[in-house]
Amino acid sequence: MGITAESQFHVLAVDDSIIDRKLIERLLKTSSYQVTTVDSGSKALEFLGLHEGDTNDPNTPSVSSNNHQEVEVNLVITDYCMPGMTGYDLLKKIKESSSLKTIPVVIMSSENVPSRISRCLEEGAEEFFLKPVRLSDLNKLRPHMLKTKFKDQNKKQEKQEEKADFESPKRQEKEEEQQHQEQLLQQQSSNNKRKAVEEGLSPERSRPRYSGITTVV
Amino acid sequence: MLGLGADRLRADMNRLLAFLFHQGILDEQFLQLQQLQDESSPNFVSEVVNIYFHESEKLLRNLRSLLMDREFSDYKKMRIHLNQLMGSSSSIGAKRVRNVCVAFRAASEQNNRAGCLRALEVLEHEYCFLKNKLHELFQIEQQRVLAAGVRYPMQN
Repeated sequence: MGITAESQFHVLAVDDSIIDRKLIERLLKTSSYQVTTVDSGSKALEFLGLHEGDTNDPNTPSVSSNNHQEVEVNLVITDYCMPGMTGYDLLKKIKESSSLKTIPVVIMSSENVPSRISRCLEEGAEEFFLKPVRLSDLNKLRPHMLKTKFKDQNKKQEKQEEKADFESPKRQEKEEEQQHQEQLLQQQSSNNKRKAVEEGLSPERSRPRYSGITTVV
Repeated sequence: MLGLGADRLRADMNRLLAFLFHQGILDEQFLQLQQLQDESSPNFVSEVVNIYFHESEKLLRNLRSLLMDREFSDYKKMRIHLNQLMGSSSSIGAKRVRNVCVAFRAASEQNNRAGCLRALEVLEHEYCFLKNKLHELFQIEQQRVLAAGVRYPMQN
């Protein structure tokens, strides 16, 4: 199952264990994602373009270098227990950053601690996976990445359309259709998450909407 | 006939795997590893397992030197090594090794040095056994590949 590069998602995996890094990398590549692995939270932030000591205070004037990511990352999956910055700390830093907060974050842990799980979900983690992570767990990732990418595409498209000098009725129609599709996607994911995964998988392959995807068997 | 040799070796491999699963030495996570091996990553299982051996032996050495130190008291540091070993064992499906780590951790939480030493001995023994069996498995697989004359990924 292959997907053309232009519509491939890029996942940043963070884990201090070399074995788990190798595993998650293989799992993600098997699921047709582009993968970058790092062994610490601070390296993850560095990769994401956020540097230690950079202020996230909204009152200070925003510096453009903060917002510039070298490479687009569509999802961060991180181990919880790491020396130095834990996965939870990393999650917080991402969600507190104006440039990074839209990136979905998934936490992995070998310990099944309910309070830990709820704390992470409350802080904005999309999913919490118990280790060892399975291929079936990774099926839950795509909806989160699609949701964000779709929003980004919308924003980009709106920006482009603002540049246009004239108004056309076709443009209005397009906007309405996009809003409708966005609502559908949001509805799907706010309903039972498991159901959203099942619905999201099969239609994706046959829908002509994402014209960049070719599935190779 | 090349085919017969390969088939017999495959049967040997399956028998060994069945034994390992039945004895609880390996669990289904090991199967997951095998499923991740394919033409694009034909040596995935042995690569991961070799990393595991390398890391585990380092950790076991650390644990032993900590406990052999007459003035040992840093149970927290010991638990860090233990947790790493536990995590990686779980990640490759080394169930029995992982379980011994759990018992070891319990002893460390009670600051029970004698208990920790006993657990470490069991751990070293279990690890040795696992390593031997996995080497055996890889050997049979290698022979099977040669006998078949074609490069096959390891299949369940």
